[in-house]
Amino acid sequence: MSDQRVVKADRSGRVSYGSHTWKKVWQMKAFYLMLLPCVIWYFIFKYLPMYGVIISFKEYNFSDGIFFSRWADPWYKYFKMFFESPYFTQLLGNTLLISLYKLVFGMLPSIILAILLHECRATWMKRWVQTLSYMPHFLSWIIIYGISVAFLSETTGLFNRWLTEAGMEAIPFMNSQEWFRSLLVGSEMWKDLGWGAIIYLAAISGIDPTLFEAARVDGASRMRMIWHITLPGIRNVIILLLILKIGAIMDAGFEQVFVFYHPRVYPVGDIIDTWVYRTGLQQMNFSLATAVGLFKSLIGFVLVVGANKLAKRWDGGIW
Amino acid sequence: MVKGKSDKLFDMVVYLLLTLVAVVAIFPIMYVVSMSLTPYSEVIKNGGFVIIPKNLSFEAYIRIFEDPALLRSMSVTVFVTVVGTAINLLLTTLAAYPLSRKGLPGRSGLLLYIVITMMFSGGLIPTYLIVQSLNLLDTVWALIVPGAIATFNVLVMKSFFESLPEEIFESAKIDGAREFRILWKIVLPLSVPSVMTVGLFYMVGHWNSFFSAVLYITDTNLHPLQVIIRNMLLMTQNNELQAEVTVPTAAMQMAAVVTASLPIIMVYPFIQKHFTKGMLLGAVKG
Repeated sequence: MSDQRVVKADRSGRVSYGSHTWKKVWQMKAFYLMLLPCVIWYFIFKYLPMYGVIISFKEYNFSDGIFFSRWADPWYKYFKMFFESPYFTQLLGNTLLISLYKLVFGMLPSIILAILLHECRATWMKRWVQTLSYMPHFLSWIIIYGISVAFLSETTGLFNRWLTEAGMEAIPFMNSQEWFRSLLVGSEMWKDLGWGAIIYLAAISGIDPTLFEAARVDGASRMRMIWHITLPGIRNVIILLLILKIGAIMDAGFEQVFVFYHPRVYPVGDIIDTWVYRTGLQQMNFSLATAVGLFKSLIGFVLVVGANKLAKRWDGGIW
Repeated sequence: MVKGKSDKLFDMVVYLLLTLVAVVAIFPIMYVVSMSLTPYSEVIKNGGFVIIPKNLSFEAYIRIFEDPALLRSMSVTVFVTVVGTAINLLLTTLAAYPLSRKGLPGRSGLLLYIVITMMFSGGLIPTYLIVQSLNLLDTVWALIVPGAIATFNVLVMKSFFESLPEEIFESAKIDGAREFRILWKIVLPLSVPSVMTVGLFYMVGHWNSFFSAVLYITDTNLHPLQVIIRNMLLMTQNNELQAEVTVPTAAMQMAAVVTASLPIIMVYPFIQKHFTKGMLLGAVKG
């Protein structure tokens, strides 16, 4: 395909610039045909819901639908209701705290594991550890909940069995407010420790090997090499991922919390997403739930756009 | 080069920690499997806890499969996984291929149209209302159609296509081949590994998915496997009943957990490298 800009004369003899593009469009019509189902799908399942957020400014009822339901009075009624409710600080606090814990306890162990894998000289062992540690990533949250019951249940869990055998009292890991966030963070760590290490490992193997050789010749210890070569070598990747994760901080892990939580732990475990689900689809308060969802989407949007802007400085952009 | 003493110590620490990671990853799964296979008599003898059973019993599995709901839910999940993945791949390929052609007029606009949805979404409730107004509620299609395209996977596949050498398309053009044929006869055969990677991500997603069923399905006949497993796990243990049965509830629960995760655990070692590759491409370019 030649990409030169050709100025062509159309039949009437006038010089036209635009027809070139249209000709190209016509030539490539098959491509647009391919894209058509995808464009329609995005319109229906992504853009119509964006339009649907207007029900957060309306008194939505089922018979009138999104379009004909009357406007709320005042239009910000449901936002006001949310901001003034005691849920506001609780939900925002839980969402941000759980996200933040997951960020710290998700990234650090993965970075350490990547370094350990890199330092491992036994290739067979490296391969085995990689295979085994990536696997939990592919188990569903339901399965991981089941595994957690097997280990942490107050009556039948293995850990509590060990505790009681050692003469201590059983700890209600799955049922207490004190332990709930640790349960979320811990189970996510188990699931994604190895999976998260993949990208750091790739970054480490991208480091110029002559740097390590030169350091070895100079008699640097391996700890020193990790500190002065490996870590600086993956610094950009770490910062990039950190920025991206901060961009997604409003997502504290909807499915996971939904599977693990129950009314007793709402004060520490209820996040925006789960509250929206209950308020909207269980209590049928569509407008209020949509308003809270919109609040979350807007903050998320600002954070993601900001994060991408920042990330561009480190890596020339994600897209 | 002579290995120093501290160097050997360092190696030991590395091996030790890595072994620990491997054990932590695999032990919970092994324990769950052994719980599901331990005969009840052995459980009683050991006060309820057996890590490696002396005898194996498949009674817990037989018991859970007596419940017709489990088999029914498996057929729902298999259907959604097979048909859903086929639709996913079709639509994702048809979206990614044109978007990978750099000369396509309007390409950046179309790309933006797709990428924006990763940054802003209408949220749970409006999406639910759309699915409702399309009359998809309580149909198996509610588990397939609303998730028919994952933007992330479109971007991954697009960058796969972009990495193919340009000459392929040019020579095909000269032969007068049509675009659909180029895609089907030339591009797809060359991208089997990448299509597989994306397909596997979709497949695992369908197999593991339960939330779309929680949202859109109230008819218990249409509940997928994960929802049934969840119900089994949430079943409160009735101790009076348990005294009479020969299989403890815990063993049945764990048998259910193993049943739902077995396909993935068995297939996983063979496809691991595809996942790793996809993850890296997605992370770098997606």
